[in-house]
Amino acid sequence: MGTYSERNYLNTPTGIKSWLFTLDHKRIGLMYLFAIMTFLFVGGMIALVIRLELLNPGPDIVAADIYNRLFTLHGAIMIFLFIIPSIPAALGNILLPLMIGAKDVALPRLNLLSWYVFVAGACIAMYSIISGGVDTGWTFYTPYSSTTDSAVISMTFGAFVLGFSSIFTGINFIVTVHKLRMPGMTWFKMPLMVWGLYATAVIQILATPVLAITLVLLILERTWSIGIFDPMMGGDPVLFQHFFWFYSHPAVYIMILPGMGIISELITTFSKKKIFGYKAIAFSSLGIAFLSFMVWGHHMFTSGQSEFSSMIFSVITFLVGIPSGIKIFNWLATMYKGRITFETPMLYALIFLFTFSIGGLTGMFLGSIATDIHLHDTYFVVAHFHYVMMGGTVMAFLGGLHYWWPKIWGRMYNETHGRISAILVFVGFNMTFIPQFILGSQGMPRRYYMYVERFHTLNIVSTVGSWILAAGFFLMLYYLVISLFNGKPAGNNPWGSLGLEWSTPSPIPPENFDDDLKFEHGPYDYDKVIAEKTI
Amino acid sequence: MSHPAHLQHHFSDSEQQYESSKLGMWLFLLTEVLMFGGLFCAYAIFRAWHPEMFYHAHKMLDVTMGTINTVALITSSLTVALAIYSIQNNRQKDTVRYLTITILLAVVFLVIKYFEYAHKIHLGQLPGKFYTYGGIEEANPHLFFSMYFIMTGLHGIHVLGGIAVISWVIVRTKRGEFSSDYYTPVEMVGLFWHLVDLIWIFLFPLFYLIG
Amino acid sequence: MDTNKTLMLPGAKSTIAGDVDSLFNFILYTTGAIFILVVVVMMYFAIRYRQRSGKAEVTSGRDYNHVLEVIWTVIPSILVMVVFFWGFKVYMKMNIIPRDAIEIKVTGQKWFWTFDYDEGINIVNELVIPVDTPVKLLMSSQDVIHSFFVPSFRTKMDVLPNRYSLLWFESTEVGEYDLFCTEYCGKGHSEMIGKVRVLPKVEYEKWLVESAVEDTTTPLAELGEQLFKKKACFTCHSIDGSRLVGPSFKGIFGNPVKHNDGTTATVDENYIRESLLDPQAKVVDGFAPVMPTYQGQLTDREIDGIAAFIKTLK
Repeated sequence: MGTYSERNYLNTPTGIKSWLFTLDHKRIGLMYLFAIMTFLFVGGMIALVIRLELLNPGPDIVAADIYNRLFTLHGAIMIFLFIIPSIPAALGNILLPLMIGAKDVALPRLNLLSWYVFVAGACIAMYSIISGGVDTGWTFYTPYSSTTDSAVISMTFGAFVLGFSSIFTGINFIVTVHKLRMPGMTWFKMPLMVWGLYATAVIQILATPVLAITLVLLILERTWSIGIFDPMMGGDPVLFQHFFWFYSHPAVYIMILPGMGIISELITTFSKKKIFGYKAIAFSSLGIAFLSFMVWGHHMFTSGQSEFSSMIFSVITFLVGIPSGIKIFNWLATMYKGRITFETPMLYALIFLFTFSIGGLTGMFLGSIATDIHLHDTYFVVAHFHYVMMGGTVMAFLGGLHYWWPKIWGRMYNETHGRISAILVFVGFNMTFIPQFILGSQGMPRRYYMYVERFHTLNIVSTVGSWILAAGFFLMLYYLVISLFNGKPAGNNPWGSLGLEWSTPSPIPPENFDDDLKFEHGPYDYDKVIAEKTI
Repeated sequence: MSHPAHLQHHFSDSEQQYESSKLGMWLFLLTEVLMFGGLFCAYAIFRAWHPEMFYHAHKMLDVTMGTINTVALITSSLTVALAIYSIQNNRQKDTVRYLTITILLAVVFLVIKYFEYAHKIHLGQLPGKFYTYGGIEEANPHLFFSMYFIMTGLHGIHVLGGIAVISWVIVRTKRGEFSSDYYTPVEMVGLFWHLVDLIWIFLFPLFYLIG
Repeated sequence: MDTNKTLMLPGAKSTIAGDVDSLFNFILYTTGAIFILVVVVMMYFAIRYRQRSGKAEVTSGRDYNHVLEVIWTVIPSILVMVVFFWGFKVYMKMNIIPRDAIEIKVTGQKWFWTFDYDEGINIVNELVIPVDTPVKLLMSSQDVIHSFFVPSFRTKMDVLPNRYSLLWFESTEVGEYDLFCTEYCGKGHSEMIGKVRVLPKVEYEKWLVESAVEDTTTPLAELGEQLFKKKACFTCHSIDGSRLVGPSFKGIFGNPVKHNDGTTATVDENYIRESLLDPQAKVVDGFAPVMPTYQGQLTDREIDGIAAFIKTLK
């Protein structure tokens, strides 16, 4: 039976001020976690309304311009306020120093600043709701975004501010990984989660500034009509697309790379097996980060860009898929001859392998120019990126959340509820989005408020799927909240993992580790060491 | 174990703390370069589309004023370097003096920029829809001035930011917080100021000296 | 009835559709096979290597196999290169426009399509083309970006406000096919849909001749009603009093309207004429100035017809 560590970062020191001005990475991470879970809830509710509206071909519950505002809000919230900060800023903040044996991140004040910048950016972005909403889609394409009368400025300015929060986190993580690894923690003994966060941070600092300047240009275009994106004034709306995707395609990897990091941790822990192909997985993260900057044009195969550019973007797009495949195969090989158990986090890891494989493989249809011409801007694309973002990142995030929950709170959730919820999420997710692949290849365009009758049946299936998915999430909300009050104490190491973060008490002490912390074994040395489960 | 006042609890020694701050600053400067990089890209595209217009529009800029500004900024880069050199040798008074000169040069830069802007505003050589000047024959001359005002404007904001952080470092130096043992903030604002200078070194030929 | 339709794809009705479908199906089957392989291996390992006893033991330390890493890097690489070259080859075929293609001018605007033929025909939301003949579309937009998409032809191209984009296809079967706008363009995006009507060559020629002649026989009000549908006025104006993007036509004729600059005017024939040709001159209070001009797109008799039609809507 595990014990609950009485003196921990949650209660030492106490008082509201000790939270608001905390420099402790764990508290900042927890505040991030609270914020992003709130936005996940809001974004998810909006998704349910969208799916309900699409239950029937005609207008159902909201008007067309409200619908347009809802899907814009859903995209903007989920991307800028949930997925991008989810794993790095929330879980990563708590775990990165623990995983490399550090007492904190390298630049704690910058870390706190990034949280406040995040809150400010979120408030500015959300102000757009009360000032009329935004109806451009989260991609803000010009000239629509520079001419519509909706609240584009507050939303884009919010995203601009959020970008700084993301940059600050990225800088912090890179410096932390370079400078604060404990003695003995060499680059190739770091947990793969840290490699994932590191590669993510590299993209964050390289890509986000370009988005920042793009959004500034868009705001200036709206306020002063500077003419850069305005075809009537000698500008070019397609230029905006280039700028936008130069950030936003790498941003996809900002979202998925840390998720892949989590999966490496989950599969090794619950298979009690040394990771297969450590270097292949680590270098594939860097390879993805590098190639991700050269594929943005695959969003623009139908925009009229030159055939030569389309060819180059297409071929690099295929190359960027290879490292993801390598990861999948290495994870599978890790399970070989393991001692596998199926607690909730492992279920999410297996779900990830299933859904992310679909997400990655359907990318083949979209990377190939000839088939992309047909599928571009249809529901096929919607399904594809939900399989990558939700089937990939969110499943990994949920796995990570359940995996480290006992470490963060010191208490276990109800395991049976956890498994039921995971299965509901799996069934609901596939039922929601598999029909959308078919709808898309049948020709249903995305961002459609109404649709023609022949798409009706599959839309019904998809909407019903969204209810099952929602049921899974509500169950999760219930048992996670309950666990905070009457969950069983977890002890240091409820899963018997060899990760460094499991060697310290749960919840974590304010100083993370004792001063005499030694590097005794690598995070995946299951062939040499057995760690006792504390539950 | 000795524990200097400036050393934060999570670092094991001053060296590690200094290295961390420096790496962090370089990464931040990299993001600045990339942000301006986006604008340079836009500049390159529009110049490639309208080479004649850019050539004629650039004649509206005052090369003399631009040159004075360039000299002012390069000199200020020198003084900021001297300030760091002084603090490394524990000469706090010299540090304050050099940093003050740096700020004065930055103010000179901004005053000259103000006169340039005022002249352009007077003539209506303005971005986008505010453009009313009639002296350039090629199409879309407002695009040149859009790029000019955005890029020099963003740079100007950085000069203002530089003045603010240098003032803050002056105050702290006067309080005696820095010495040859610990002068990281002085060096960091120095790095930032060099970047501000460097960006201007690119802006100057791209706008004032189109051949 | 719909030939070569599959679960995933609608019927292939253009010369390039078959090529696209072959590639689509190739990717579908190969990725499907890879996916099944991954899931089967995962399930097998999960069951075969599940923990059987409570006793903790160390596991195998084999963590690298050179041959395996090479295999699962090289085989997918070869596969994706095959798909890349195949995709590029078909794309090139899509892009080479036959010299003898008939040319039609396409204009996209919020929220309808206009098709202009060399013969002086101008129709809305219905593209009429002959079968087995290459057709080249010269497309541009009046406002924001739209995208021209005919699923059955497997073809799509963005329609931009500052330049012409080109698209061509050759339909292989007589029939009516959906035309969608796929680039989000605002409130009426999902209603910016039309039809592509493919006619046998002879009937197409007949249609050209008939449509080019100005209609002088239909009664005015009836002509107006036809135009109301043909020009897609209904996207923005209702005839039952409900509020859409623009004001409803019901009961406005002969009655005063208030404008957004505070003035008022009575709706009569001249007012309607001005609203059609210079829509921004007077904008009804509470509505956005988004109506496009119909200058040059309507004959005088057609304008008379629309006025007569509105007069009937009591």
